[in-house]
Amino acid sequence: MINFLSNLDGPVELGLLYALMALGVYITFRILDFPDLTVDGSFTTGGAIAAVLITNGVNPWVSTLAAFGGGMLAGVCTGLLHTKGKINGLLSGIIMMIALYSINMRILGKPLISLSGEETLFSSIDAIWVMAVIVIAGKLLLDAFFRTDLGLSLRATGDNHRMIRSFGVNTDVTKILGLSLSNGLVALSGAVVAQHSSFADISSGIGMIVIGLASVIIGEAVLGNGSIFRTTLAVVLGSIIYRIVVAVAYEIDWLETSDLKLITAIIVIIALVVPTIRRSMKQRSMARKRSAELLTGNQGKGGAA
Amino acid sequence: MLKMNHVSKLFNPGTVDEKIALMGVNLHLKPGDFVTVIGSNGAGKSTLMNIISGVMKPDAGEVSIDGSSIGHLPEHRRSRWIGRVFQDPMAGTAPNMTIEENLAMAYRRGSSRGFQIGVTSSKRKLFKEELQRLGIGLENRLRAKVGMLSGGERQALSLLMATFTKPQILLLDEHTAALDPARAELITKLTNEIVSDLNLTTLMVTHNMEQAIRLGNRLIMMDKGRIILDVNEERKKDLTVEQLLGEFENISGHKLSDDRIMLG
Ligand SMILES: Nc1ncnc2c1ncn2[C@@H]1O[C@H](COP(=O)(O)OP(=O)(O)O)[C@@H](O)[C@H]1O
Ligand SMILES: [Mg+2]
Repeated sequence: MINFLSNLDGPVELGLLYALMALGVYITFRILDFPDLTVDGSFTTGGAIAAVLITNGVNPWVSTLAAFGGGMLAGVCTGLLHTKGKINGLLSGIIMMIALYSINMRILGKPLISLSGEETLFSSIDAIWVMAVIVIAGKLLLDAFFRTDLGLSLRATGDNHRMIRSFGVNTDVTKILGLSLSNGLVALSGAVVAQHSSFADISSGIGMIVIGLASVIIGEAVLGNGSIFRTTLAVVLGSIIYRIVVAVAYEIDWLETSDLKLITAIIVIIALVVPTIRRSMKQRSMARKRSAELLTGNQGKGGAA
Repeated sequence: MLKMNHVSKLFNPGTVDEKIALMGVNLHLKPGDFVTVIGSNGAGKSTLMNIISGVMKPDAGEVSIDGSSIGHLPEHRRSRWIGRVFQDPMAGTAPNMTIEENLAMAYRRGSSRGFQIGVTSSKRKLFKEELQRLGIGLENRLRAKVGMLSGGERQALSLLMATFTKPQILLLDEHTAALDPARAELITKLTNEIVSDLNLTTLMVTHNMEQAIRLGNRLIMMDKGRIILDVNEERKKDLTVEQLLGEFENISGHKLSDDRIMLG
């Protein structure tokens, strides 16, 4: 355990790699109030695009940017299915996730592409520093965007779409924009993860949405959700904490690697259920207190009369 | 200004649930008109508002503003001309965003939104001045989340957001109905001040008969999807609530029914 604590570099590095994906999930899940399952597909898309370009000798930065673009395109498709095709949001994401499996296979050409020996973002500089710069820059850019007129209307689309429409915003456009930005970030994360692990694999995106949700929820539990600045920071932190939890779980002998998805699901379930229980308990105790107050208040009056 | 010609709207046509919401409604507003609208539950008042603002499309008839037809425009493209306040205090504002952010969104009514900063220091100054006009201290809480405000405060903010960019037409749909009497009175007073200061062409649905008579320069009464009475400024001056109710019964053949109707 002590040995583990002295070596947090690994989890922090992984946390930063996946933080971009968590920020993407935060945009759809929290800001747009749209549970988008495209993520599982677009994460792989990002890895696939970056890997194919890099193995073909394209500059790794250009390849990573191209992955971002590919993710945005996938998000636009989900957005169009939902807004123009009037398909339920959850279903739109699932449809795109399935469609992307075939598309990812086409991009990769085979189930796995190795990047070992190729020049990547992390070839000359330590991954943890490259990622720290990318994540901090991404977070700050996102914060700035959410303060622009366009960013405000995107936030309002999730908060009160009726209101923002009455002020002239086409909420179809803002939803599509949010979904594309989100999936762009997810694909970006897929691209850096592929370069970090030196391979891109057709199944790398499976379960990503739940990991993203877990990160968002853990972050909010730790830092709360105040301003945008604070919430995006919480999401990044949540992603890092999630990786620390995973590292701890690996240290435990009787756990299998494949148990990880179950643990993640349990984290999400706890995080979703606890606030509801806490709220209803608070309400019950409040109601009990108030009725006791009213009762003694009435008795007091009765006694005086 | 606003013209509606032979506008009709049915819900669930051809089924047992068929509802006539509007039937051949004609309504012409002159610039600066402040029209109060009364009528029983289900008379079609909200549908009238929704058709003007583009939330719903009429089944038949024409809607135009300043002579150009707007019938084909979706809601978000009409909002350049139309400001709205809804009955539900939750409906007009974004609860998880701050007062200044809400105002910044309202400030951009109908214009394109890009990468300009939403709340700048010059806008913040303007928002403070505008909020002062409400007289309820919101100017000191620019960075509070709107979800923290009371219903009355939210409705006052909604009213300001709907009006401070001077829309051509202001639609108020029972916007004081969800508030307690004191708050409702405050919002009514603010409404009257703002509408007359900015000389806004206004359509206000209310269930308060006394208010309907006291405010504005014209009163219309609706029943079963039709406008059954149109009272001009002269006649409105001496009108009493009893006369109005009597008039309604005479024309419609039944009593004005609305559990929330307030006589005065
Ligand atoms: N979305 C809807 N679907 C079906 N019927 C509706 C809908 N909206 C309104 N109606 C019906 O249309 C009629 C007019 O409703 P509305 O305009 O809301 O009346 P008011 O605002 O005057 O109370 C009512 O009979 C109502 O039941
Ligand atoms: Mg109504």
